[in-house]
Amino acid sequence: MTAKPKLAVWKFSSCDGCQLSLLDCEDELLAVAGAVEIAYFLEASRAVTSGPYDLSLVEGSITTPHDAERIRKVRRQSRTLITIGACATAGGIQALKNFANVQSFIRSVYPHPEFIDTLATSTAIKDHVPVDFELRGCPISKHQLLELVSAVLNLRKPVIPTASQCLECKRAGTVCVMVASGTPCLGPVTQAGCGNLCPAHDRGCYGCFGPAEAPNTASLAQHLAVLGQSRRDIELAFRSFNANAEAFRREGNAHERE
Amino acid sequence: MSASDASMSNGSEIEGSVSNANPPAKTASSRVIKVSELARVEGEGNLTIRIKDGRVKTVRFGIHEPPRFFEALLQGRMFGDAPDITARICGICPIAYAQGASHAMERALGVDLSSGPLRDLRRLQYCGEWIESHVLHTYMLHAPDFLGYPDSIALAKDHPGVVEKALRLKKLGNRILEAVGGRAIHPVNMKVGGFYKTPAKSAIRALIEPLKQAIEDSLDSVHLFAGFDFPDFESDYTFVALHHPSEYAIEQGRIVSNRGLDIDIAQFEENFDEEHVSYSNALHGVMKGEHGPAYLTGPLARYALNYQQLSPLCRETASEAGLGAVERNPFKSLLIRAIEVVYACEEALRLASAYEEPEVPAVPVAPRAGQGAGCTEAPRGICYHRYQLDAQGRILTARIVPPTAQNQKIIEADLLGVVTRNLDLSDAQLQHRCEQAIRNYDPCISCATHFVKLTVIRE
Repeated sequence: MTAKPKLAVWKFSSCDGCQLSLLDCEDELLAVAGAVEIAYFLEASRAVTSGPYDLSLVEGSITTPHDAERIRKVRRQSRTLITIGACATAGGIQALKNFANVQSFIRSVYPHPEFIDTLATSTAIKDHVPVDFELRGCPISKHQLLELVSAVLNLRKPVIPTASQCLECKRAGTVCVMVASGTPCLGPVTQAGCGNLCPAHDRGCYGCFGPAEAPNTASLAQHLAVLGQSRRDIELAFRSFNANAEAFRREGNAHERE
Repeated sequence: MSASDASMSNGSEIEGSVSNANPPAKTASSRVIKVSELARVEGEGNLTIRIKDGRVKTVRFGIHEPPRFFEALLQGRMFGDAPDITARICGICPIAYAQGASHAMERALGVDLSSGPLRDLRRLQYCGEWIESHVLHTYMLHAPDFLGYPDSIALAKDHPGVVEKALRLKKLGNRILEAVGGRAIHPVNMKVGGFYKTPAKSAIRALIEPLKQAIEDSLDSVHLFAGFDFPDFESDYTFVALHHPSEYAIEQGRIVSNRGLDIDIAQFEENFDEEHVSYSNALHGVMKGEHGPAYLTGPLARYALNYQQLSPLCRETASEAGLGAVERNPFKSLLIRAIEVVYACEEALRLASAYEEPEVPAVPVAPRAGQGAGCTEAPRGICYHRYQLDAQGRILTARIVPPTAQNQKIIEADLLGVVTRNLDLSDAQLQHRCEQAIRNYDPCISCATHFVKLTVIRE
């Protein structure tokens, strides 16, 4: 019997939603479980097989000295390492602390700050170790996850578009919320892949798939100002689930209050 | 994969902290057991148990999920950002957070959505989350313990029909979430004041036939679980849950206990507090006054305090499964979750059958200075939010008390009881029993921090 590829799922600082996406593949879960050996997936199993692993899926961002060390050990044991979701790919919503004083953050949540061991920043996995592919989204799309796992197992390039959300709206025939009703929307600078969700629900895209390829964030920011958004509004629009992704970080910083 | 628990190690070898690979030397009077990362819980935690001269000295349930500082990062943002941001506290129960935050904002801003079609739509969505979360926990995380499997995938090899039925139920929960909210994890359609867009009647009515099947599937779950061998353990808990006179409380009600507490949710902080202990990144919830500090929230509490509000079918099914009107064995939380899935399917069917598209997707909300509290029954128990807003509607302060934080003291108390009664078990067996006792609470550790390592030290 040929050995099946060994799959490991690792968690760092996150909400668990992206690894849950794997368990949410109800129709495909047993087929995936048949194609690989699930060697390490603590959320799903107490059975653990030692490394090395053929494919590691990494969820979550690096926020503690311990995790900064742990990700290096994970990398050494992984042939292919893929990050899943906005936390692992850009630092996640918890990266908002990168723009604030972390001690005041700790004090505002915990009565005993001395018990808390945390880095001043929440950073992406690629800031610590080489990453083979980054899957976007807060949360990821389970369809993209299946496509990616299938591509890795079959040694082919995954079909994951890097164009903007605008393209997804045009293809779906969704009326542009910004043009039609003046609703602020990050679609022009956000990578497609969510399945055309927010504009199809009459709201602006809030950027949960992170920056699209070559995003013109400055031009969009100008247009948001024309729509009546304040500098503060624009700063906060770029500072959400992908606040620490480079293009969004730059634009958010450019609108930071003096 | 072996189904034999004793041969399995738990935790990460990369961590170098697997204890069972090298069980500590045991003497007649001292024992040390460690589990560094608990499996099949959502998030990461650890457990340390110290046994000396045959007596349990200390039990510490610690949560090492790195802190994410949600209350702090909400400060300065607009009130409307709270549902989307707080949803990211937990990928398993985002509705609990998004709705709790919305309710709190609506109270602060003087908007009432406690009845009417928008409220019904929110309750339908919440039923979807209960179904998805409870089926995930009962079948995929908890049932393998009772059947001696390491996970549901190993279980599926021997019992494919059982797991396929479970996945069908879980998928329906997700389908409800998608129909109302756009996607199952972190839905996009919820806002303070209602929804961005009203779901089409056809999309909601399409849930009716699958829900009829789901009620049958959910009854099968109860009958399957009723045949499990439940460890003999009971405790005289202080139960805390939401209560509503005419329905099983999910997203609305007063906070009540079995010891006479009956308060509006705005009085939560007068009656409950949180403690910060050195070994955990989650604050421990405590009840003030004579009935505290430990209290239980979640399925056991909801069931005991709202038994009369369950449907006749649920009460009858509970009785067939051997459950009384009050259940004090935490291992039977598995059965109660299964009953709650029956209820959520029935309730979702009722709401979907009656659904007409609301005239407007949301009521208008204007910013003003104020403070508001929100509290709903997340799948794991009550989840409390409180926000203070300035005149522009920016968040001045935020406080969020998730259910797993509230249950930590009870989990420790249960573990103390379980270990004390099972000192004759081997380290591996004792470790497994302790893990199972923790999983009774479906601890959502991502929520509670704000990683489970089990260390049993027999000295």
